[in-house]
Amino acid sequence: MCLPTFIRSQKRPDLMPQQTPLYQQHLMAKAKMVDFAGWEMPIHYGSQLEEHHQVRRDAGMFDVSHMVVLDLAGPAVTDFLRRLLANDVARLNASPGRALYSCMLNERGGVIDDLIVYFMHDNGYRMVVNAATRDKDLAWVAQQATAFEVSIRERNDLAMIAVQGPNARDKTAKALGEALTPAMALKSFFAVESTMMCGDELFVARTGYTGEDGFEIMLPAAQAGSAWTALLAAGVAPIGLGARDTLRLEAGMNLYGQDMDEDTSPLEAGLAWTVAFKPAGRDFIGRAALDAQRKTGPARKLVGLVLDGRGVLRAHQRVTTSAGEGETTSGSFSPTLGQAIALARVPVTAGETCTVEIRGKHLPARIVKYPFVRHGQPCID
Amino acid sequence: MSNIPSELKYTKSHEWVRVEGDGTATVGISDHAQTLLGDMVFVELPEPGAALEAGEECAVVESVKAASDVYTPLSGKVVAANELLEDAPETVNTDAYNDGWLFRIRLEDEAELKELLDAETYAELVAEEDH
Repeated sequence: MCLPTFIRSQKRPDLMPQQTPLYQQHLMAKAKMVDFAGWEMPIHYGSQLEEHHQVRRDAGMFDVSHMVVLDLAGPAVTDFLRRLLANDVARLNASPGRALYSCMLNERGGVIDDLIVYFMHDNGYRMVVNAATRDKDLAWVAQQATAFEVSIRERNDLAMIAVQGPNARDKTAKALGEALTPAMALKSFFAVESTMMCGDELFVARTGYTGEDGFEIMLPAAQAGSAWTALLAAGVAPIGLGARDTLRLEAGMNLYGQDMDEDTSPLEAGLAWTVAFKPAGRDFIGRAALDAQRKTGPARKLVGLVLDGRGVLRAHQRVTTSAGEGETTSGSFSPTLGQAIALARVPVTAGETCTVEIRGKHLPARIVKYPFVRHGQPCID
Repeated sequence: MSNIPSELKYTKSHEWVRVEGDGTATVGISDHAQTLLGDMVFVELPEPGAALEAGEECAVVESVKAASDVYTPLSGKVVAANELLEDAPETVNTDAYNDGWLFRIRLEDEAELKELLDAETYAELVAEEDH
């Protein structure tokens, strides 16, 4: 047995936030910078609302270089990931570039993090996890990997740019030229590796976190600035973390730490579809707890809320349903719908209406199926 | 640079006050405050007739980002609330000092006006916060 080689990133000073390779580009675009998970990130470049609409109607780009890219390899890597993840990497059928969304659970069935895993090639996978959970994720993965012949490499030499919107793919092709040709043929939730003019590696995935079409692009940090500039010139506008949050909420995509955490199972977070219970013999971490929960039925579920009256839904507001109380987990004004929306965890037998407590008032809200918006179009009446 | 009209009075909590000369004063939030909050999507105002005490929470402005309480800098009865903001809360962003006013109050104690900051003092406060 060989122990995993675990390459940690350089030790970072605890107080100084880190800067991504695109930090200067953000300053040039007059970004309002904030500390996010230990990184100095753009919250907006002027107007969060305009940035939101830009992505729904045209094309925008996000610096997501703070996210954590792990390359896993070794003869036992598939066995390891089938143990580590609640979704089953066998579903990728060893198709190069194919992507899978999954939760990584603890033994209690709680969510340690959610992530995307790509099959790269024989015995190799790439996993993208959240920046805010980096340290605990890496520790957990390393701890679980000790029983497997697997190497784990953190790719903090890469920058990551997400280009999203109805015109995102065309504009990216215009900006990055021939290097993008293989990516233009990608189906949704697939990725491809290619090389840039300079010979550097390029990884392009047709994935995202907005409910729009587009790419997530990984490339060497040194190339990030010129790619960003080329995208700008092609008419792709920079978009901050503020709009990223309202876009993902409209798209009904969970945010880790808000809509689920270590004390929430995927079954109570609207993520049952991401858990592969078949084959029955696959013993992934957290399975016993989820099997038990399935037997009794989860007590709570994640639903969408729409506020038809005036006001704004926010996280942690109290929700009252005919079946008992719940709580909003994420909430905001939806720029596309022009009204407030939220995700909320409520009793599993809750009906179609509820009230939400906002500053002492109980305002009526509708319980709906999400997403709220997909491909620019409202999905809610 | 924030826009801070010299004829208005201000508070440390970023409200502005215009003394109207008829025993009433108009209250809003400063340009600096609206910039920090970002795109406004909802404004909740006090009911006309409501009796307020200086320092009391009496309105809420909500941007996409966050909800913020607005404190009345002055005591008195509310004589008008800016109904325009119900359908066009973004007016607070585009015209904080004129069409984006929040409410008007009948002054109960003119001495309270002395507690307010002049434009120069408020500008210093904003400059400090920017650093």
